[in-house]
Amino acid sequence: MANSASSPVRLLYDVRVRAVLYQVVAVALVLGIGLYLFGTVSRKLAEQNIATGFDYLSRPAGFVISQSFISYDSGNTYGRAILVGLLNTIWVSVFAVILSTVLGLVVGIARLSRNPLLSTLALLYVEALRNVPLLLYLFLWYALIVAVFPPVREAWQILPDVFLSNGGLIMPSIRWSAAHTGVLASATIGIVLAFVVAAFMRRHRVASGHARAAWPFVLAALFVPPLIGFLLFQPDLVVNWPEKGRFRITGGLQVTPEFTALLVGLGLSASAGIAEIVRAGILSVGRGQWEAARSVGLHDRQTMRLVVLPQALRVIIPPLTSSYLSTFKNSSLAIAIGYPDLVMVSNTTMNQTGQAIEGIAIFMLVYLGMSIAISMLMNWYNARVALVER
Amino acid sequence: MANLTDTAILGTAPRERPPQGESNGFKLLKPYIGTPFNAVMTFACLWLIYRMVAGAWGWLVTRAIVEGGPQTCKAAAGAGACWPFLAAKLRFMVFGFYPYDEHWRPALAVLLFLGAMIVSMIPRFWSQRLLWLWLTVVVACGVLMYGGLFGLSVVNTTSWGGLPLSFMLSSVGLAFGFVLGVLLALARSSKLPAIQVIAVVFIEMVRGVPLVSILFMASVMLPLFMPDGVTIDKLLRAQVAIIIFAGAYIAETVRGGLQAVPKGQHEAAAALGLGYWLSMRKIVLPQALKIVIPPLVNIFIGFFQDTTLVTIIGLLDFLDTVRSAMRDPAWQGIAVLEGYVFAALVYAVFSYGMGSYSRFIERRLKTDHSHGRSG
Repeated sequence: MANSASSPVRLLYDVRVRAVLYQVVAVALVLGIGLYLFGTVSRKLAEQNIATGFDYLSRPAGFVISQSFISYDSGNTYGRAILVGLLNTIWVSVFAVILSTVLGLVVGIARLSRNPLLSTLALLYVEALRNVPLLLYLFLWYALIVAVFPPVREAWQILPDVFLSNGGLIMPSIRWSAAHTGVLASATIGIVLAFVVAAFMRRHRVASGHARAAWPFVLAALFVPPLIGFLLFQPDLVVNWPEKGRFRITGGLQVTPEFTALLVGLGLSASAGIAEIVRAGILSVGRGQWEAARSVGLHDRQTMRLVVLPQALRVIIPPLTSSYLSTFKNSSLAIAIGYPDLVMVSNTTMNQTGQAIEGIAIFMLVYLGMSIAISMLMNWYNARVALVER
Repeated sequence: MANLTDTAILGTAPRERPPQGESNGFKLLKPYIGTPFNAVMTFACLWLIYRMVAGAWGWLVTRAIVEGGPQTCKAAAGAGACWPFLAAKLRFMVFGFYPYDEHWRPALAVLLFLGAMIVSMIPRFWSQRLLWLWLTVVVACGVLMYGGLFGLSVVNTTSWGGLPLSFMLSSVGLAFGFVLGVLLALARSSKLPAIQVIAVVFIEMVRGVPLVSILFMASVMLPLFMPDGVTIDKLLRAQVAIIIFAGAYIAETVRGGLQAVPKGQHEAAAALGLGYWLSMRKIVLPQALKIVIPPLVNIFIGFFQDTTLVTIIGLLDFLDTVRSAMRDPAWQGIAVLEGYVFAALVYAVFSYGMGSYSRFIERRLKTDHSHGRSG
């Protein structure tokens, strides 16, 4: 037997040998295709005289971007332009996520209302948003903004120095400087500190059983760092007043119609999904939990906050994560209405330099990295709220 | 009489009125005006519904412009719906730049396609024969659209557009994406680490980036991948992108189904002497796929809506032909809302129909399951 088992044909029937063989073949196939594609692409690029590599990132971009949070003009490099695009993507995604969460929570609870009118209206809202493509809504909101608001020359002045037109909402702003960034950083520290203090006080209360008013400490943690930062950096409070010229309004902070349309489109369509997620989460908490909470004397709002929501969150968090992720990815539709996000800036870059592969590689890697980061963050949070089984 | 004894006992106590039963009318109204907050909500909802219905009625009917041309609609300045726009542009919006005299061909293709879809939605017809039906329908639709056979004139893919294109992109994307997705799901749940890693990397990479970026990649990079002399059609590039995208998402759904099949089924198949492929084909996949039909339908709805993104790389899908109709110089800026509302209705009717079907199948599968348990 040993003789036949070691013969090459016999060896092929060994499960372990086969497993290794299959894997070798699969890896070889993938590597082969990859090498072949790489070879074809580099040969073709050489034929068409297209430069390769990422040197272009340090060359001046030469195009303007309508909205940027860091100083940028057409003399800056392509690399900086792409960074501006990325910041714009993050900016609109963050606001859209907040908007969709708030709306989704409200609509999700309205869907569960005992009032049939209210729950039907909420259902109508969800269905109307879910059954129509996001891109159509983006076009529609953008068209409505342009149609409803007057042209810039006849801008409505809704408050002194606040103008509303189809060129966007323009309001006074503070001229930003490094000192302001310092104050902002210390305010962020304050917020984090407030959370830490609150968590600490809670732990202390649970451990000792003594209830002590926590709010003065939390408030102090919240406001002392920005105050120190303010005194330390002494930022100038120069207001950048918008000035109404003949054709356009210059200066001030501008909320562009592209941004608004994208924000509203992303926020609304994600809110429909979140409403369903919230509804399913609350429904997943059994009736017995409500009854038990009532029998220990909690009233409705306490029951919701202390008993139902913590349990519903376990069901809600995983799908909520994917909803946030798709909002972030859907922000790439910005290119359709001209909001200068990562994809749109990269697209302009690709058109100017002709280096399409590098451009696509950059924005795909950025999206991939951000997606992985967001899902890791949410997984960490999910692990924290998950049921600890004994 | 029982009443007598009751009164005898309670005789000394002051007589209490029996608890007043809620009248039927109040019971009916309770959900609406049970609490002050609820009453306020009810009135707010009623007001909102009134405003919506009255607004829609006024725009669509009473203030609508029924006859005339662009000038009549322009004079009305958007006070009411401009029906002449829809009448004049309907065929363009549905069929795009497809030669006008040949419109019956895409129309027939769409009908064939819808027919095949309705047939395959009925559980009674679920069998392998469906595969042949779809193969026939896809080939027939292709011949109808492209022509070149049976005396049909050739129509290049560059003039395809409108609703047939949207249907085609999403259904072909789903069909091929399904095959790719099942293979990927099997690879990802395989015991062989190298194959598993390849599948995981592919799936997560595709799911981690937006569809727009995959469309860009397909439209820019696919031509570079091809050997010399092979050009690849713009429509085909978008189709490949959608298939890749669909494959990754379907793979994750199917994997959920595969995980739901009890281990005993694998073991029983192995005990019968079935090899990997045979046990997958005959035992595991039929059960796994049945579970994932409702989520697959939802994915399909998503792809049908996502095909609108191909307009970003310059294909003329339904949303794009509607927008082109609105940009027609004669109608420029006149019928913006009309066009979008029409497009939204078409998408909504289709998506809502598919969504209801998905819920129906879910209910049906659920009852099947509970029967199996109790019986």
